[in-house]
Amino acid sequence: MNPALQGLITIVVGVGGCVGYFYLSNQILDKVIFPARGPNAGVNINRANQIRPWLFLFPAIFALGLYLAYPVFETLRLSVTDRMQGGAFVGLANYRQMMAEPKFWEAIRNNMLWLIVVPAASTAFGLLIAQLTDRIAWGNIAKSLIFMPMAISFVGASVIFKLIYDARPAEVPQIGVLNAIWMNFDGGPLSILILKVLPTLLLAAFAGIVGYVAYIVVRGIAESRVRQPPWLQSLRVAAGLLGAWLVWLSLSSIVGVWTAEPSYGEPQQWLTLPLWNNFFLMVVLIWVQTGFAMVILSAALRGIPEETVEAAIIDGANPFQIFFRVKVPQIMGTIVVVWTTITILVLKVFDIVFAMTNGQWETQVLANYMYDKLFRANDWGVGSASAMVIMLLVTPILFWNVYNARKEMR
Amino acid sequence: MDGVVGTKSTLTWAVHVSVAALVLMWLFPTLGLLVSSFRTADQISASGWWASLSTSEQVLQLRTGGRDAAALEDGVFVVGGNLLEDGEDAPGAIAMSAYGVSSRAIGAFAIGETAQFGDGETLTLDADGTYRYTSVEEPGRRGQRVFVTALLPPDFTVENYRTVLFSGTGQDNMARAFFNTLTVVIPATIIPILIAAFAAYALAWMEFPGRALLIAAVVGLLVVPLQLALIPLLQLHNAVGIGKGYLGVWLAHTGFGLPLAIYLLRNYMAGLPRDIIENARVDGATDFQIFVRIVLPLSFPALASFAIFQFLWTWNDLLVALVFLIDATGETTVMTRQIVELLGTRGGNWEILATAAFVSIAVPLAVFFAMQRYLVRGLLAGSVK
Repeated sequence: MNPALQGLITIVVGVGGCVGYFYLSNQILDKVIFPARGPNAGVNINRANQIRPWLFLFPAIFALGLYLAYPVFETLRLSVTDRMQGGAFVGLANYRQMMAEPKFWEAIRNNMLWLIVVPAASTAFGLLIAQLTDRIAWGNIAKSLIFMPMAISFVGASVIFKLIYDARPAEVPQIGVLNAIWMNFDGGPLSILILKVLPTLLLAAFAGIVGYVAYIVVRGIAESRVRQPPWLQSLRVAAGLLGAWLVWLSLSSIVGVWTAEPSYGEPQQWLTLPLWNNFFLMVVLIWVQTGFAMVILSAALRGIPEETVEAAIIDGANPFQIFFRVKVPQIMGTIVVVWTTITILVLKVFDIVFAMTNGQWETQVLANYMYDKLFRANDWGVGSASAMVIMLLVTPILFWNVYNARKEMR
Repeated sequence: MDGVVGTKSTLTWAVHVSVAALVLMWLFPTLGLLVSSFRTADQISASGWWASLSTSEQVLQLRTGGRDAAALEDGVFVVGGNLLEDGEDAPGAIAMSAYGVSSRAIGAFAIGETAQFGDGETLTLDADGTYRYTSVEEPGRRGQRVFVTALLPPDFTVENYRTVLFSGTGQDNMARAFFNTLTVVIPATIIPILIAAFAAYALAWMEFPGRALLIAAVVGLLVVPLQLALIPLLQLHNAVGIGKGYLGVWLAHTGFGLPLAIYLLRNYMAGLPRDIIENARVDGATDFQIFVRIVLPLSFPALASFAIFQFLWTWNDLLVALVFLIDATGETTVMTRQIVELLGTRGGNWEILATAAFVSIAVPLAVFFAMQRYLVRGLLAGSVK
């Protein structure tokens, strides 16, 4: 049968089936099982109304249960069994095998890098653009254009950026923008300014900001007047350690920037440079996700009461103080929401890596590692185990979201 | 920034300039793909796409006539003709500035100068394109390569789109993948909306035990990675006889789209004015009537928001189609999958790759710009609460 025709029939059958189900089940409930007449009319109406919600909910609950809840438990079961032994229980053998693979640890390391860089960069760019476009006349057009990559598939974005990273032999013209720019660097003063001084300043600024935030977080342990629960204390310590590690990382990168000898005049295969290629892949996701962050943060900025900003101006605050001391604290909740939403997306990132490098040259991430195991190596045990690792990483955000949703409902 | 006297104008300028720079930065990548899709393969490899927008100096690779065109004069093979008029790649009248015969020295000789190279070969190229090539040995079948540096005006073609949409063969033709994608997307967008709308109404306006728990469950399922569902559901589909195919992918997209659909629609419906619904109840309307006649029409903005999300997500999806749809025959391939394959096998054919990618991007972009308002509204309802 022609797929288009099949699609049309499915729409008719699916839509008709759904409408028919909802209509007929309500009719049967009202007319046959609990008819609203006779001696028990009142009781029947009440009973019918107790059952009706479940009629409305049944298809959704069924689909959610079958397509999302059941797989979680089934994957958990698969991850502790071995398909080759007829599904025998093997305990944690799959996890142990996975832990022994260097590719897995490479994926974990890369995922951690993605988790730090992408949400931070997207949120920061989004906030910056939201603030800049807030008061200018053509702000909406600018926002609309920056928001546009949201509509582009990750595969399409991968093609777009592959063209940017393209490399040709040194003697023919470069068609990738990045290499075309790179070929202009020759080790002169301009090259040193852009390739050494600029990164140093950026890294130093990053280290400064992270260090400052970490300092505030750690200081909170000693200073707080209210006794804090132990889990919050340990969270603060962990955040402080993470901050210290990031500061150390960026400081050592500065040393790296000055000691490295860039190969001027040679076109670079950007996607095969170890470690750096991860960042070139992340740029794709940042490019896509900044629009999302911008839209939401822009709405939040608009929602800030004007009086607070006016009061700050009267008190003599400069624009930067207004932004960082008055506006940002008021939209902190939204920033956290944006951050966690992008974090979840990053944990599931698959298409970009699959299309651009397929995990070669040390760019593996968990989702692609899992796909590799499930469908190329046909190793369901290890594949399911790595899926459970992704689930485990998502779980804190899951509980946090549920907690917040419950809080709002009250 | 208002009210900061004195610094205002410079700051405003800085804001305008930096926003313009950011917008350009964000547009630049897509623009590159769009421009490249309108250039021929030779143009793409001859210069970066940014050079094609203006009259620019480019290097063309041309060939003299080959062995068949050679004539023997005084023991030397001679080929004459016009580089700019003969042959299939001839660009027509252009202003040449230099030429060369090797890719290592593409601008070695001035126009009109006689080049001597190889084993007793000479080439003279004049400004009008006429050339005279002589060689002691018999020339090769395809003639001598000539690299011409010339000023070229912008030149675009729709030939790539014709290839990708109509005349291409095998992987180069996206027509079937385009319709396959469409076949996946439309039912996968409509069916979850319907199911979710009823559920959302029940969760927003009906009183029953366990309601809060169900809402919490939906919020929780919102973030469950669909990666977990791949193997169990594929097993299930195989067990009940669906296997790999459209039905499977429709069901999968429905299941994966439901949490967001229910969440968005419930939030919206819960915000509808209570009076309308209470009045209808007092007037004797059943829940089914209230839902169909009142709540559903009023919820149109939320329905549109989710429809756009689901449309974009199913159109752009790769993973679900790879797992649930595309079987070994590849008959049911979708556009994203075909582009990934093109990246693997034809990574250098940028004219096909760029055009194919742009064909797949065009529809979501059109939807995006037409219905951006609803998309933004949906994003805000889904995130800021």
